[in-house]
Amino acid sequence: MTQLCDPAQRRHWLGVLAQASPVELEQHLARRALPALHWLRRPETGLMMVRGRAGGTGAQFNLGEVSVTRCAVQDDAGRLGVGYVRGRVGRHAELVALFDLLLQDDIQRADLLPALIEPLAARQRAARATAGAQAAATRVEFFTLARGD
Amino acid sequence: MYVAVKGGETAILNAGTLLAQARRGDPAVSEVSVAQIAGQLRLGVARVMAEGSLYDEELAALALKQAAGDQVEAIFLLRAYRTTLPRFGYSQPLDTARMAVRRRISATFKELPGGQVLGPTYDYTQRLLDFSLLAGGEAPVVAEAAQPLPEHLPRGIDLLGEEGLIEPELPPPGDPAPADLSREPLSFPAGRATRLQNLARGDEGFLLALGYSTQRGYSHTHPFAGEIRMGEVALEVVPEELGFAIQIGEITVTECQMVNQFAGSSTTPPQFTRGYGLAFGEAERKTMAMALVDRALRCAELGEEPAAPAQQAEFVLSHSDNVEAGGFVQHLKLPHYVDFQSELELVRRMRAAIASAQPAQEQTA
Repeated sequence: MTQLCDPAQRRHWLGVLAQASPVELEQHLARRALPALHWLRRPETGLMMVRGRAGGTGAQFNLGEVSVTRCAVQDDAGRLGVGYVRGRVGRHAELVALFDLLLQDDIQRADLLPALIEPLAARQRAARATAGAQAAATRVEFFTLARGD
Repeated sequence: MYVAVKGGETAILNAGTLLAQARRGDPAVSEVSVAQIAGQLRLGVARVMAEGSLYDEELAALALKQAAGDQVEAIFLLRAYRTTLPRFGYSQPLDTARMAVRRRISATFKELPGGQVLGPTYDYTQRLLDFSLLAGGEAPVVAEAAQPLPEHLPRGIDLLGEEGLIEPELPPPGDPAPADLSREPLSFPAGRATRLQNLARGDEGFLLALGYSTQRGYSHTHPFAGEIRMGEVALEVVPEELGFAIQIGEITVTECQMVNQFAGSSTTPPQFTRGYGLAFGEAERKTMAMALVDRALRCAELGEEPAAPAQQAEFVLSHSDNVEAGGFVQHLKLPHYVDFQSELELVRRMRAAIASAQPAQEQTA
């Protein structure tokens, strides 16, 4: 029942929500009516081991842990909203799970994607582009100086 | 040997309060906040995260504040904290090729596709004290290029790979899960995954000294910094509820690809070899040192005689952890009264034995 919507689309919104500021999500949630729901898993903070690869592309190795907070919420229709965020902010994970739940409803999704997810995604892309433009301003050309001629 | 002692509760409590007072410093000077430490002492925070083996800026900044800036103490605090949290699982391997790059340089390829990007670096600064920072001031105005960097910069080192000039770095068949030092103790011989995990959380000073030793001739690996990149990578996990990977945030990492002395044999033509460094946060010196030591530790695999300290896995990996090292060195401060008392008795007895033997010797002489 969690696979009712396209996993690629769900993957996209979960990624955007996890990168959004909880304050922003909270403001948006205040304008939404929530269905009857119950929490399958209240927010809990734990660790995930981050893996890398030798040489970037080779065998996996364990780099170190990262703090992660997760929760899960269900509505009466059996939809499961899942919240996983880096860090220890329980409310952030809750907000992600609540929006994940709402976004699985066809009517809500038709509204939430343009009203919330796409503007957030656009802002995240813009922030990345700004960082990329600042980095690009430090691009150098090194010249090797030939001696004796 | 350390023997448990009792008593001293009041003195210990009072010492704790005195420590808190010393940490706070002059009350007339405003207190530093954890957010200020996380935001303005980010390189110190990065080291605590890397060697504390826990990526969490706020906790690392808190640890630094609590430790009054003592990095090894802060690392210890973070390591201790992580034992209080449950383990949810493992991330997908980071894809550093898809890093949102803020710095990327190569000492081997002048014409690097995508260019040499300096980013926020101390390189090329004059290392003159900036007295304007005493006064504080305006936030700097940062230049922006008309075009941002491409979303993903190709790896410089792949240029060599295309021609087969460097050893390929591919996952072993089945892409197996690596050993985890946070779950099982270090044992020897240690595989590369174990070594890399150990080095990634190893003490920067120790790795720097070892890496330096390889450059000074204690093992010859002829290193070149093939590529160093720093930026943000997506952190992806597969939640048990979903069964597919999702991004739950991003983390800053630094990666160093060292290109080293080539090796060949009757069956394989000569090609360059690799050393790899990866660490949480902006940690260029650390990852460069790590890559040097990683390469030195690959000596057996590459048919080199392990003669130098940096090539000896048991020596390197057993002494790289500053929490273990700090604990063992500093436990010498704890009461060893019983132990020392027995040594004292022994020395007294030996001296008495010599003293009573001497007059007898003189008489017989």
